Amino acid sequence: MSDTAARRTGGRQARLGRRARPQEAASPAPESLVTTSANPDGPVLVLACGAIANEIIALREQLGIADDAMVLQCLPAELHNRPGQIAPRVDAYLSEHRHKYSRVILGYGDCGTGGALDKVLERHDAKRLPHAHCYEFFATTPRFNEISEAEIGSYFVTDFLVRHFDRLVWEGCGLDQRPEMLETYFGNYRDLVYLAQTDSPDLQAKAQEAAERLGLRYVYHKVGYGDLTQAIAGTVNV
Amino acid sequence: MSDGEDIILRDLNDADLVEQMKDDLYDGLADEVHEGTTILLERGWDANDVLSEALVEGMRIVGIDFRDGILFVPEVLQCAGAMKSGMELLRPILANSDSKASLGTYVIGTVKGDIHDIGKNLVGMMLEGAGFEVIDLGINNPVDNYLAAIDKHNPAILGMSALLTTTMPYMGVVIEELDKRGILKNLPVMVGGAPLNQEFADAIGATSYGRDAAVSAELAKALVGKNR
Repeated sequence: MSDTAARRTGGRQARLGRRARPQEAASPAPESLVTTSANPDGPVLVLACGAIANEIIALREQLGIADDAMVLQCLPAELHNRPGQIAPRVDAYLSEHRHKYSRVILGYGDCGTGGALDKVLERHDAKRLPHAHCYEFFATTPRFNEISEAEIGSYFVTDFLVRHFDRLVWEGCGLDQRPEMLETYFGNYRDLVYLAQTDSPDLQAKAQEAAERLGLRYVYHKVGYGDLTQAIAGTVNV
Repeated sequence: MSDGEDIILRDLNDADLVEQMKDDLYDGLADEVHEGTTILLERGWDANDVLSEALVEGMRIVGIDFRDGILFVPEVLQCAGAMKSGMELLRPILANSDSKASLGTYVIGTVKGDIHDIGKNLVGMMLEGAGFEVIDLGINNPVDNYLAAIDKHNPAILGMSALLTTTMPYMGVVIEELDKRGILKNLPVMVGGAPLNQEFADAIGATSYGRDAAVSAELAKALVGKNR
């Protein structure tokens, strides 16, 4: 080892100087919402993780839900990696906008908030999907449990995570900077389990490549939208 | 000091070197922390002082900034890697040292159904730095593993970790079993993991909840009556 090690960055002070980063905000809510025949009690808000926005939009079309019956707002998908921030962000959004909607459905599971999200929802008279996370509501509970019990070292990805694997997983874990950390992060996993919402050969190829990069076996399950379908249908069929 | 300025560690006096080591640890520079540790030992520093003043103190700052959302897991892991590089030099010296009595044995493991161990490993490293002998049971531990380890090692504290909302209730199962067997009244149980909070820890009857690695080490010392 050389005795001429150089300081390359600058410790905490340099870090604090670099850290000013604007928080990505949710898209602005409509200022006024009109009650129509499609929403006689006022529109329903679906406040969802950005990671399932595409699926909710697809379901809205599939189920024929009118735009004025259900308003979709999303919080950044990056919160997936920062679960401690989910409840405060949801709280802030609902504190400002809850009064505009007849009902609020959260497009989240518990998502690692350890019950903190439920406390926020209780205060705002809102409900969420009754699952631990999106993997469970896409796969449905029995199937998710079956897969997890068959291989405890299952690392789950969805269409969204496959599509954004580089940004959210690889770079999100800092593996682009420190690939030697791969074992630290993924050493206990055995399978990359792709819970697919759609039939996409491109995404399947990407998922397989992701599995190879992580050194995991590739497992594919087409699960579709699972329990999310019923939750979105329930926004108008009450 | 500006970013990128080259520094010869051997040219620094002791106080500046310790400050630089804390910065290097914060930046995850394992080679530099290893070298700084070597230099301090060569200058006659006691291994305990190198550990507490440079490494543990550096990780304490890391812990604070992790808690405050300034550092995130990837960076904290790099910091831990840097600390480990210094610990590799200190561990054999400390093991043969008469000057420092162990604070006791700390048995730690991730609960059944859970394979996540990053947080647990960070806690283990901080506990080791604080002076505990750490027995790491690894991941996916059923209650029998904890019972066997308690029987074998007679620990001062038991620690359990979980990352998943679905696995954290198992900590309550273990605590209930310890209570049934009369072990709980003499054995403090610490719990930790991303989805946990104080309320959950209280609900399952844990002795204390460590919200991050640095806090966990301080709490552990307090539990054995050695808080600073």
